[in-house]
Amino acid sequence: MNIVKLTLTKVSDLYLEAENISPDHFAGKTAQQIGELHVHLGNQTEKISDYFSVEGKGGATAADTKIIVSGATDKVKYIGMKMTAGEIEVLGNTDMYTAGWMAGGKIHVKGNVDSFCAIGMTGGEFIVDGNAKNYLGASYRGDWRGMMGGKITVKGNAGSDTATFMNGGTIDIGGNVDVHLATHAEGGKVIVRGNAKGRVGGQMVKGDIFVLGQVERMMPTYIYKGDEEVELDGKKQMFQVWIGDMGERHGKRKGEIIYGKIYVSSEGAAEAPVARTERKKKLTDKQLDQVKTIFKDQEPTVQQIRTYIYDTFDIDMKPMQISRLIDGIKR
Amino acid sequence: MSEYIIKNGKVYDPKTGLKGDVSDVCIKDGKIADKVSSKAKVIDAKGKTVMAGAVEIHAHVAGPKVNEGRNYRPEDKLFTYKPTGKHTRMAGGFSIPTTFKTGYEYARMGYTTVMEAAMPPLYARHVHEEIKDTPIIDEGAFPVFGNNWFVFEYLKNNEMDNVCAYISWLLKTTKGYAIKIVNPGGSEAWGWGENCTTVNDPVPYFDITPAEIVKGLLTANEQLGLPHSIHIHSNNLGNPGNIETTLATLKIAEGVRPNNKFGREQVLHHTHVQFHSYKGDSWGTFESGAKEIADYFNKNKNMTMDLGCVTLDETTTMTADGPFEHHLTSLNHLKWANVDVELETSSGIVPYVYDPNIKVCAIQWAIGLELGLLAKDPMRTFITTDHPNAGPFTRYPRIMKWLMSDKSRQDMLKGFKHSDKVIAATNLASLDRELTMFEIAQMTRAGPAKSLGLYDIFGGLAKGMDADVAIFDIDEDKIKDPEQIEKAFTAADCVFKSGTMVVENGEIISSGNKRTLWVDAKVPENKQVERDVQMKFLKFYSMTLNNYEVSNHYVPNPYVIEVDSN
Repeated sequence: MNIVKLTLTKVSDLYLEAENISPDHFAGKTAQQIGELHVHLGNQTEKISDYFSVEGKGGATAADTKIIVSGATDKVKYIGMKMTAGEIEVLGNTDMYTAGWMAGGKIHVKGNVDSFCAIGMTGGEFIVDGNAKNYLGASYRGDWRGMMGGKITVKGNAGSDTATFMNGGTIDIGGNVDVHLATHAEGGKVIVRGNAKGRVGGQMVKGDIFVLGQVERMMPTYIYKGDEEVELDGKKQMFQVWIGDMGERHGKRKGEIIYGKIYVSSEGAAEAPVARTERKKKLTDKQLDQVKTIFKDQEPTVQQIRTYIYDTFDIDMKPMQISRLIDGIKR
Repeated sequence: MSEYIIKNGKVYDPKTGLKGDVSDVCIKDGKIADKVSSKAKVIDAKGKTVMAGAVEIHAHVAGPKVNEGRNYRPEDKLFTYKPTGKHTRMAGGFSIPTTFKTGYEYARMGYTTVMEAAMPPLYARHVHEEIKDTPIIDEGAFPVFGNNWFVFEYLKNNEMDNVCAYISWLLKTTKGYAIKIVNPGGSEAWGWGENCTTVNDPVPYFDITPAEIVKGLLTANEQLGLPHSIHIHSNNLGNPGNIETTLATLKIAEGVRPNNKFGREQVLHHTHVQFHSYKGDSWGTFESGAKEIADYFNKNKNMTMDLGCVTLDETTTMTADGPFEHHLTSLNHLKWANVDVELETSSGIVPYVYDPNIKVCAIQWAIGLELGLLAKDPMRTFITTDHPNAGPFTRYPRIMKWLMSDKSRQDMLKGFKHSDKVIAATNLASLDRELTMFEIAQMTRAGPAKSLGLYDIFGGLAKGMDADVAIFDIDEDKIKDPEQIEKAFTAADCVFKSGTMVVENGEIISSGNKRTLWVDAKVPENKQVERDVQMKFLKFYSMTLNNYEVSNHYVPNPYVIEVDSN
């Protein structure tokens, strides 16, 4: 397998749209030819070599090509978009649409990824060592065909609207997920090893959701059907089984109605609910001081402060809380 | 204005009777001329096909429901955008392209006149705003009358003069072109959660039947002498066994004679007939009724039809037939938009995937082509896809290929998953007719222009007609592979719109000088209707009369067709 090493040499002012970073485009090309491929920057078109140093050359086919991307790639979008074979390894973080519409091969991001990653995925494997933001493995806006196949593994947490309109494949999340998990799903399997916040499986027609921690609040349209021993990760475990969404249409197989199913670990569910503790989260005085210094002499928007707090302290505050905070500081 | 002479091309023109004869076409001052001066630019079309600019009789290309379709289907635009070019603006979309793409793609296919098929009068301003933003092509719009309260009440009381006065007023107010009827009575009944599935189902409250509505509007149309006939989408669209409703609707026009000064010889145009030619009593027994419908059309010469061919694409259905769209969303479970347009109509939108692996979709595909092949008179049978309902208009070249090549049809038929069932449910496999280039010119140029009453201006290459000319890089006698047909018609070599070259080598080079066609039918002053309109606006409409009218600045470049109906 040929290895192409891309190292970011210059952090772009705007976000870099690099859908050409994919084994499909690199295959059969020399380092120079790879450097000539375009990237978009706003409404400008530039070259990969303007932002990356390129070492090595592509293999004869996409399957023979491995790309290693290093450097501060936080602002690079669309890495591995529509890739069908081969391998990509990103040592740092990436921005939105990484692995979007991926059909085959493997992408391994060692840092965090932003929103809309692996949307419309039909095959292959996508691994994230850190966290993923919203709309992981979801459908494109308006589309009813979300993830159709393949496997997504996130070792950390995932944001809201994960697996929207999921139709197939597997998503395995090591940590917690935010609201709206597997909305409108019509198949596939989602495993959440931490807690799920709420609105799990809303309007789900078919599919399986496993939550090994707790579901903060179950949708009222799900019915509890008792405990059952189900095999997961090769071992049998006890789960509470919920079926729904009762507000939706459901197909039949062999005379039996097929529902969406949520399996909540019986162990996790037995513990005291984590519910609502999170909501009261506040900044400590020290954290507040940090926010003050960072935004000193600035007129930051609510969203800027909210993003900063979320990124640095991992606290998801409501916009209303933030505006109160700003008012407090001003006073 | 510049002069052109197109030399050595094979000219297909029903108007002058040229059937592929090598002849010169002269363009001078935006019109077709006999001869040009020596300064004229020479275009060599040796081995190429020359036709008049094509005329689209039925497509949904502008207005609120098209825009709502764009709005609620972002996935339709994904990966389709082309950035701004030297002569073009950014444009994209597939089944519901932007206004710019609409203009560019029609022009590239050699189409120069397009009719928007359903304009809700209440949103006529929106329709005209989009028409204004669609470059190159001349456009007109058909306001919908088939579910209009004024029409219902006047017809119920048998006040034909008032119907005519109202139609005249509405055409003028909305800058409309013809009388469109969509699911007569049914869209109004949808307001009560009901539908009219036969021509004798009464509309709730108004107690009028679809047959009475169609008959009344047909009579009014001929009394007014409008350039186009009534334009019908009959009841019970898209359901197995609807062929009976279709034939019953067509029967209403039997024996009626046309009355107009525009050379129109028919009194009824039935649109997207494919959707109305179904036999069987369920989706399981669904089969083609194309033969019965085509036989009927062949016998009755005062009617025209357009095909509404299914192209087996992922598309967006949108129609003023509100109950049908609700029916459709319960079949495919995809997103649904629906609106009630006050006193006038209703509307719905649902995305639809015509999957060749689904038996019903493949049969629908076959029915559209069967109709095109079984109809004996190409001057009365027009190619459409009911864009975007059965497929996007950008697939017209593909339909021409299927109609012109038996081989390409047989290959498709054999490739279906349920091939045997599709062949059994249709007659397509046994039809080996291959349409000629001349017949294609009749179906896309002369025929629609004549039916629209525009045959003195568009759809032909006689002296004095508008210089809308298309040159395609194909020679009928040298077609080896059917794919050549599709390729040639997708991007014309050269297209002239009113004497301006707008397409060269398949690329847009000018945004032309588009016009809006509308009909000004003059009727005697009618105080009764004036008062009724004012009363209805006071009592029921959510807007005032002043905000309703499409004033002149919405139509900056009008082409008014005046009709004296006094």
